[in-house]
Amino acid sequence: MKRIICLTVMNRPGVLNRITNLFSKRNFNIESISVGLSEHEGMSRITCVVHVEDSSASEQITKQLNKQIDVIKVTDITDQSIVARELALIKVQAVPYTRNEIYSLIEPFRASVIDVSKDSMTVQITGESDKVEAFIELIKPYGIKELARTGTTAFPRGTQRTSQQSKSYSIV
Amino acid sequence: MLQEAALTETKTETYPVTGADLLLRALEKENVEVIFGYPGGAVLPLYDKLYHSKILHVLPRHEQGGIHAAEGYARISGKPGVVIATSGPGATNIVTGLADAMMDSLPLIVFTGQVATGVIGSDAFQEADILGITTPITKYNYQVRSIEDIPRIVKEAFYIASTGRPGPVLIDIPKDIAAGVSDQPEKETEVNLPGYQPTLKPNYLQIRKLTEAVSRSKKPVILAGAGVLHGRASKELKEYAEQQQIPVIHTLLGLGGFPASHPLFIGMAGMHGCYAANMGLTECDLLINIGARFDDRLTGNLQHFAPHAKVAHIDIDPAEIGKNVPTSIPIVADAKEALEQLILQDGKPPAHKEWMETISRWQEEYPYYYDKESVQLKPQKVMEMLHSKTEGDAIVVTDVGQHQMWAAQYYRFNNADRWVTSGGLGTMGFGFPASIGAQLANPEACVLAICGDGGFQMSTQELAIIQELNLPVKIIIFNNMALGMVRQWQEIFYESRFSHSKIPLQPSFVKLAEAYGIKGYVIQSEEEAEEVLDEVLHNREPVLIDFRVDPDENVYPMIAPGKGLHEMAGVKP
Ligand SMILES: Cc1ncc(C[n+]2csc(CCOP(=O)(O)OP(=O)(O)O)c2C)c(N)n1
Ligand SMILES: [Mg+2]
Repeated sequence: MKRIICLTVMNRPGVLNRITNLFSKRNFNIESISVGLSEHEGMSRITCVVHVEDSSASEQITKQLNKQIDVIKVTDITDQSIVARELALIKVQAVPYTRNEIYSLIEPFRASVIDVSKDSMTVQITGESDKVEAFIELIKPYGIKELARTGTTAFPRGTQRTSQQSKSYSIV
Repeated sequence: MLQEAALTETKTETYPVTGADLLLRALEKENVEVIFGYPGGAVLPLYDKLYHSKILHVLPRHEQGGIHAAEGYARISGKPGVVIATSGPGATNIVTGLADAMMDSLPLIVFTGQVATGVIGSDAFQEADILGITTPITKYNYQVRSIEDIPRIVKEAFYIASTGRPGPVLIDIPKDIAAGVSDQPEKETEVNLPGYQPTLKPNYLQIRKLTEAVSRSKKPVILAGAGVLHGRASKELKEYAEQQQIPVIHTLLGLGGFPASHPLFIGMAGMHGCYAANMGLTECDLLINIGARFDDRLTGNLQHFAPHAKVAHIDIDPAEIGKNVPTSIPIVADAKEALEQLILQDGKPPAHKEWMETISRWQEEYPYYYDKESVQLKPQKVMEMLHSKTEGDAIVVTDVGQHQMWAAQYYRFNNADRWVTSGGLGTMGFGFPASIGAQLANPEACVLAICGDGGFQMSTQELAIIQELNLPVKIIIFNNMALGMVRQWQEIFYESRFSHSKIPLQPSFVKLAEAYGIKGYVIQSEEEAEEVLDEVLHNREPVLIDFRVDPDENVYPMIAPGKGLHEMAGVKP
């Protein structure tokens, strides 16, 4: 199963290496990891998306991360109500007669075109991973020349709904 | 004394000072008595300052020997062992020791030299990315980037290494930082590590839960690991076990935490543990793990491990709880604090007469055994003799292999901090240098370095330290002309195809000892053993004894890989 784990870490040299090292040492499977400064000076926030077999495996990941001296806080936010976003840049082949079609796909996904050349265009899309995934699938037949994804970054919503709610809304 | 001197020195010292000065001063503040170090280009600024230092510096003849010696010192003294190695090859030579200390939770402070800051990353002469190499095998590591950071980093390193679950901390010091000059007065530093706050006090509710579980239990056992020794909790363990009348099983690394002569002691469990202990774990209905990490050599196949037991686990490292064995009563705490709380509860002891009888029967029916009539010198017999002739109170340090298991089985420890062995990593070459550190930590004790003929040859060069410091270590070689443990596995699992495990061609160990001015003996029989041991065990001289033991002897009982603890082979002759 997929888990989203949020870390607050001290901004010390080598901290990212410590985290990724731990994942490989403990044979944990990371899907994505994103890192950046946080609201506190000297601290960064890391969001990891991992695949685990069961809940005891994800508990083990959280505990091992917590043991790291540079890690201040670890939360598995998967079951919380969260905001999660990923950004992808997609350079897709676009000849004059496919261009409009591509535009028509972009619109409902609220993606945007950020660069255009003679035979390609670059689309930027943000959203939850599933949405990004779905968009990539749709656009694939036109020929993806380059693709770059940031991986998910996330944190809990301002207000938490009490019960775990399954998402019934469309991914778009 | 040493500390006072250091303090006055600090006050009168004038500035500027070099990085190396700051470093030595920081070590004096931590009351470091001994450094195991080996010089080289990148640590020359440091060695220049050591020239005048009062701290004892021990020069191993290989950095690996140095770090194993520091491990032995740490295990016996309870204080971090301090190591210095130069950059590049010096640093990579200590990698095995770091991994070993990490596995067995030994506190070490390891300084490595590094090339100057300006050339880091350029593949400079003797450059190695030691931070990258050691990140997975240290509790923490640092590279010093500014001279003024040295006092803080050293203080933090000692704190990290010796608190919580102990472990090795490495500090990498570029040469220009050690040689560089600071004109700022040294600041008093406090340890401030918001991400590192070990939990020492147990949760009261869990303590209650465990107390109730004990009262209701019919078949309780305590499994005591090295956490009891690291937490200095053997007194409390004994008090608690006696109060509740719970029988105690030890892991390999926990030996000595509970007296082997105590009526509640069952024995060591695990791959070569005794029948009663392994059956105790299999049949119990309540398993109280105190400071053991359910290592696979202890548990055997997890599917068959303690199938009927409710598991309680007391550990200072929360990540160990539930890692291998599902646990219903997790107690994150220091072993001593948890035991004190449990004793205070003074719960109703379990009604477990039948259980105690069953355990006694197992113990009587299936003790460790060997052929006492054999004409060959049996290694088990030698261990028994060593035990009785040292009244069970020597410090026993072992290498890795069959001899290690015989030592664990036959040397019945009644006291804590008498046992040093490489458990988690199983590092051949560990024992002999570790015995040197153990002797330095406890100069009065009789230290036995129990080595195999194979493993001893991985660190013979450290005979030089014995000679130099005239340390009265008793080097005991169990010479079976083989990499015995490998030979045993090949006999059992590979139809006796002894592929590269027999080493009939051997140096004369006695002459080797003599080359270092150390007396040596070859012993082939019990009579000779009687005579020589009486002579050498009680004097203050180093000695090497080459025991020619039965080359075909195997360690039993044994649990084959993949089998459960109840599936021991060789429980009876
Ligand atoms: C550094 C290292 N290399 C290899 C091994 C694998 N190994 C485990 S026990 C053993 C044999 C040890 O032989 P010896 O030191 O003579 O001890 P014995 O088993 O004969 O008592 C070997 C090779 C190891 N544990 N450590
Ligand atoms: Mg041997």
